[in-house]
Amino acid sequence: MSIPILKQGPLLIATIQGAVTDANLIELRDALAERVGRLRTRGVLVDVSALDVMDSFATRMLRNIAYTVKLRGAETVIVGIQPDVAFTMVQLGLTLEGVETALDFEEGAELLARKITKDPERVG
Amino acid sequence: MSGEVRVPINGDIDIVTARQRGRDLALQLGFAGSDLTVIATAISEVSRNIVTYAARGEIILQPAQEPNRRGIVVIARDEGPGMPSVEDALRDGFSTGNSLGLGLPGARRLMDDFEIQSAVGKGTTVTMKKWVR
Repeated sequence: MSIPILKQGPLLIATIQGAVTDANLIELRDALAERVGRLRTRGVLVDVSALDVMDSFATRMLRNIAYTVKLRGAETVIVGIQPDVAFTMVQLGLTLEGVETALDFEEGAELLARKITKDPERVG
Repeated sequence: MSGEVRVPINGDIDIVTARQRGRDLALQLGFAGSDLTVIATAISEVSRNIVTYAARGEIILQPAQEPNRRGIVVIARDEGPGMPSVEDALRDGFSTGNSLGLGLPGARRLMDDFEIQSAVGKGTTVTMKKWVR
């Protein structure tokens, strides 16, 4: 099942389901990189709250998504990492270095709005 | 008592099936909370190792029973190329497959018991256990 990407105002929102496969995540990275340009989006919010397992591959892909989107001139925030998932990631030694995270959708959208408007050159 | 569950691993979709079955069995066996996530994640790592290095194999999930404790056994078996060095494979950051190299050492940290048997040209069997706290 592909990961749906919605455009909401200035943001792209991707919601990852629990049964996500490696191929779905690769597809998401490629789709976001393309759409950020086509829809001239400055912010991407990736909601992982339904994800019950974040293993080394998923973590690497989320990092890839954030870095790829950044190179395309937009910002990414990962939201909704569950407590058990966070605890397991720490035990596994996985980090999301250089990637913004927020507690939930609302906080993530707020953070993105701040990041996007902070850069005065790019407002408008 | 819950029985054995076997999940054939032939592609990335089977990784998802294996970890879901593992979580279901762990729940039946009395695991709760973060242990369910920990077990499912460890299964995900060893399943992915099969897909990446051997293309196919299987995950066997069993109840573990000892006089004073009970838990779950996860066996990941393949007939792939095998590992020239199990020590290397268990070192953080070591990878021959373009990954973070945290899969196997990570799975070992997540589980209580962890053992690899591997022979070049014959395949690899990872056996790991977690006990109910």
